[in-house]
Amino acid sequence: MPENFARFRRSHEFWLLSVILILVVGLSVMTEGFLTLQNLFDLLTSYAFLGILASGLLVVLISGGIDISFTATASIAQYITMLLANKYGLNWFIVFAMASVVGIGLGAINAVLIDRLNISSIIVSIATLNIFYGLLVFITGGKYIYSLPPWFSHGIYWFEYVDADEISYGINLQILALAVMFTLTWLILNRTNIGRQIYVLGGNREAAQRLGFNVFRLNILVYCYMGLTAGVASLIQAQLAQSVAPTVLVGKELDVLAAVVLGGASLAGGVGTVFGTILGLTLLAVMQNGLILLGVSSYYSQFFVGLVILLSVSATALSARRKRKGVMTE
Amino acid sequence: MPTFLELTHISKRFGGVQALADVDLTLESGEVHCLVGENGSGKSTLIKIISGVQPPEAGGKIIIESREYSHLNPVESTRAGIQVIYQDLSLFPNLTVAENIGVGQHLGGFHSVDWNAIRATAKRAMERIGVNLDLDVKVEDLSIANRQLVAICRAMAADAKLVIMDEPTASLTRHEVDALLALVRELKKKGICIVFVSHRLDEVLEVAERVTVLRDGKKVGTYDAKEMNDHKLAVLMTGKEFHYDLAGIDLSARKTVLSTRHLSRKGDYKDISFDLREGEILGITGLLGSGRTELALSLFGMNPPDGGEIHLNGKRLALTSNREAIDNGIAYVSEDRLTLGLVLEQSIASNTIVTILDKLKGFMGLIPQAARQSTVDRWVKDLSIKVSNTNNPVKTLSGGNQQRVVLAKWMATAPRVLILDSPTVGVDISAKDGIYEIVRGLAAKGVAVILISDEIPEVLYHSHRILIMRNGRITGEFEAHKSSEDVLRVAVNA
Amino acid sequence: MSNAPHPPRGPDAALMSLIGSLTGDVTNRRLAILLVALVAVFGLIIGEGFFTKATVQSMAFQLPELGILSLAMMITLISGGLNLSIISTANLCALAMAYIMTKMLPGTEGFAFVGWQIVAIAVGLLIASIIGLVNGFIIAYLGVSPILTTLGTMTMVKGIGIGMTRGNVISGLPDSIVFLGNGTVVGIPTAMLVFAVVAIPMAIALGRTPFGAATYMIGSNEKATQFSGIDTKRVILRIYVISSLLAAVAGLVMMARFNSANASYAESYLLVTILAAVLGGVDPMGGFGKIAGVILSLVILQVISSAFNLLNFSQFLTLAIWGAILVGVTAVPNIRKRLGLID
Repeated sequence: MPENFARFRRSHEFWLLSVILILVVGLSVMTEGFLTLQNLFDLLTSYAFLGILASGLLVVLISGGIDISFTATASIAQYITMLLANKYGLNWFIVFAMASVVGIGLGAINAVLIDRLNISSIIVSIATLNIFYGLLVFITGGKYIYSLPPWFSHGIYWFEYVDADEISYGINLQILALAVMFTLTWLILNRTNIGRQIYVLGGNREAAQRLGFNVFRLNILVYCYMGLTAGVASLIQAQLAQSVAPTVLVGKELDVLAAVVLGGASLAGGVGTVFGTILGLTLLAVMQNGLILLGVSSYYSQFFVGLVILLSVSATALSARRKRKGVMTE
Repeated sequence: MPTFLELTHISKRFGGVQALADVDLTLESGEVHCLVGENGSGKSTLIKIISGVQPPEAGGKIIIESREYSHLNPVESTRAGIQVIYQDLSLFPNLTVAENIGVGQHLGGFHSVDWNAIRATAKRAMERIGVNLDLDVKVEDLSIANRQLVAICRAMAADAKLVIMDEPTASLTRHEVDALLALVRELKKKGICIVFVSHRLDEVLEVAERVTVLRDGKKVGTYDAKEMNDHKLAVLMTGKEFHYDLAGIDLSARKTVLSTRHLSRKGDYKDISFDLREGEILGITGLLGSGRTELALSLFGMNPPDGGEIHLNGKRLALTSNREAIDNGIAYVSEDRLTLGLVLEQSIASNTIVTILDKLKGFMGLIPQAARQSTVDRWVKDLSIKVSNTNNPVKTLSGGNQQRVVLAKWMATAPRVLILDSPTVGVDISAKDGIYEIVRGLAAKGVAVILISDEIPEVLYHSHRILIMRNGRITGEFEAHKSSEDVLRVAVNA
Repeated sequence: MSNAPHPPRGPDAALMSLIGSLTGDVTNRRLAILLVALVAVFGLIIGEGFFTKATVQSMAFQLPELGILSLAMMITLISGGLNLSIISTANLCALAMAYIMTKMLPGTEGFAFVGWQIVAIAVGLLIASIIGLVNGFIIAYLGVSPILTTLGTMTMVKGIGIGMTRGNVISGLPDSIVFLGNGTVVGIPTAMLVFAVVAIPMAIALGRTPFGAATYMIGSNEKATQFSGIDTKRVILRIYVISSLLAAVAGLVMMARFNSANASYAESYLLVTILAAVLGGVDPMGGFGKIAGVILSLVILQVISSAFNLLNFSQFLTLAIWGAILVGVTAVPNIRKRLGLID
């Protein structure tokens, strides 16, 4: 459909995709290590944590809210689950179920405070970030958990394949979880009416209420889903790090936010796609990876990330302004 | 025609306020009914009771197609075929036309989205009323008129038998209003009842059968629309008789304050030349989209013209900001009081002095509190603004008093040219007189006034001279005392 | 004295009315009540130890860092924005100042010794101004949302700091600077005086100047403010420059207290500054907030922190209580509305 393609060409996603493609081509030509299976698998594995959280935050932003307490939620889910896994053995299904339940429960607390007490979501989640995190470190004394159950430490490895250099690849836990969560989020947002209701809520809250949508229930769903993604992300992070540290996750909130907004989600609500979020995350990942491969000191990587965020949001604002000028008839 | 809805003995109290007192109303299938009244007359409460948002007091009866209810809830009301289209249209700008139309039918409960069903619903709704819009366009990319069509289609998709439209013509051009009225006639033929809640009646009266007037929560009466006109309705709505004294004043000896020569701006207006004299009130009228507001913004330094000249007291002006315009003695009362005229959340005092902050500055660049308060008090007194405390948010005032604060903040700049863009929108008829009085007083003191309005009586009875604008050009000039409403109406719509 | 009947009042009521007359609004009164209650409770639990000069002085040493940063955050919040780059700005400015001082000062004395310190501070303020101009320009003139813009500058500015120092600490500052962080003048910590030196002019600027009036108006409705003849873009630009300059002062105080500078000091303060400002009655949506309220809020946070410290509670429990207090205080008006106590 040429019309759909024309629409896509004007979209934020097209623009992001172009930038990424240019980066990928450039890096493939300029470095040896970029376009190797190993590098790409490593990238996926190490960015899975941010990606899963990004899919949850995307849903919150679309609904017109914001959550920055999810790193604390993840820390708690991780800690409780691994503590119990060490004590009682457990298995994959139970640990994921447990982490999810913890995440959902903490998400529900956010939703109730935001909806019932009518406090803005940014304030609530700043408060609960401090509450969750403060209590976790207070109760645990900030102690790390170094030994994880052997089956957990070992992880999973599907479709293993060993290349000529005897380096093995496969679908590991991180990549699997990332794929599952992105797919799940896409399904919810585009294939269920709940997802469309979330867009409706973010697009015009008052009108949604007039149409009889249950805003409280939607808020519960949205913040619990954020909690669920935090629970899942926390486990694959623990598996990758081979330890649980209550203090290392908090502080990464804004990285996740950056990826989602780079992907085109609006802080005003109603706008954002899973595809865009994937692209936003990819841009950050490829750029940081590329800088290292190009031999730019890793100390400067943050500088370039910040620069790209600034350039990207400025360019988007400028093109939106031009578009508005073009459309304006009055 | 069969009766669709019958309300009897409907009353409603909010705290100490009797919002509705024993109101009866019948609506017939296939009729167009106007509901009019000033702010606080009970119109919106009545709509809330019909749409089930609020229950009436005990003793009231609601009969829909011979089924009796003591009160409705929103679900029952929708199921009975009642749809309200609010002034803000309640659309979702981020979603497509198809989703906006199908939203009520296909998004309840928990299930997978059936995109084909949504599109089919949207298509059916559009076909029913002969509208054709691209289903996949986002609503934020549509014009206001097309958005309104989407809202009407949504009501159709919900099988509406009664559609209540709140101020549907407020932001439409004449052409768009005509299209809307044609659509309303279509709906009528299909046996749908339409209720217009409006204050711009001359347009709506063309298609309406009956008009119900509310005043202070009571029903004044229901009248045959053919026997009604603006003037009669104004009397019914306010209970007051209005007299306009028109006298031709010879202003030719007065000094010219502002003049434009061949002023143009691409896409907005073209070749505008006029002179404005000291103490003159110059009315400019024309339809939405005629370029009147754009011209006003150019004179106020916010919409730079790309051709022609503006002279102020014989000196050529090339304004680059509204601050410059203000410093040159030009003031502009915006058409949109709620978002451009006032900062509603902030205090009456802050809003009154916002235009003269730098003038109030004293020692070390500070604003002396005494001077601040005395300035505010002076204007509140001069314009008889009814306030209990000038530190209260300006949004706590009535529309009429809010507009007085707007006038105060501009009078504080001691303007020589005052541009008023639709200064009485959302102001009660009885409060309008007070505004006109202030404007006339200013003119008497020598201020040159431009009064822009799309309400013909407003410019006719309150200006000395009237310019007609159409499609960005001045197409006519009339002496007010030698003209009439009908003459102007013809000139505007020609 | 007249014979007019006096309303019954205890010492608390007298204190309240004093504080009330100082501040005169509902939020501040609620905070004052909270503060009095907290002091009373901690006084009962901890006893005399809570009221010693050492305790009070240590509070006064700690408050200014977070205090100045909160002011930097607050002014942007009032204008309807947000500045996430305050901490990274503070750190970069501190690094620059520390670098110049540690490189240039050793071996100098007299005029050169003082001169280089002034140069160092001037360079710090200059860097802050540039960051503020970048933020302000992108937000005001390009129309990008403040949260995105400052998220970008935050990352970029921190990146510059890390890149230039390889993440290392610069330490060994002159005594005069260390005095700024750790000395006292007639028993009052110097840092507290610095806080007063920035807070008082800022209170005057917000409350008594055209700039302040415009800031509040912009926070509620930028468009309408612009239509009133105020160059809102220029005001916003100034707001972000001021915010940045305040961050630089905070950087100076932090550097003085720790006798060192680093690109990632005090990062956990970022969200706490929003917490402190909102607790102090700043509307996160913009348009409202007073310095007095934020100072009360800072004192409350500091009292909790110091009391927990004396009680040997973890600082993380303090964080949790801070969060709970924020929810509690912001929820009060909404709960009252829900119960129908106010309309």
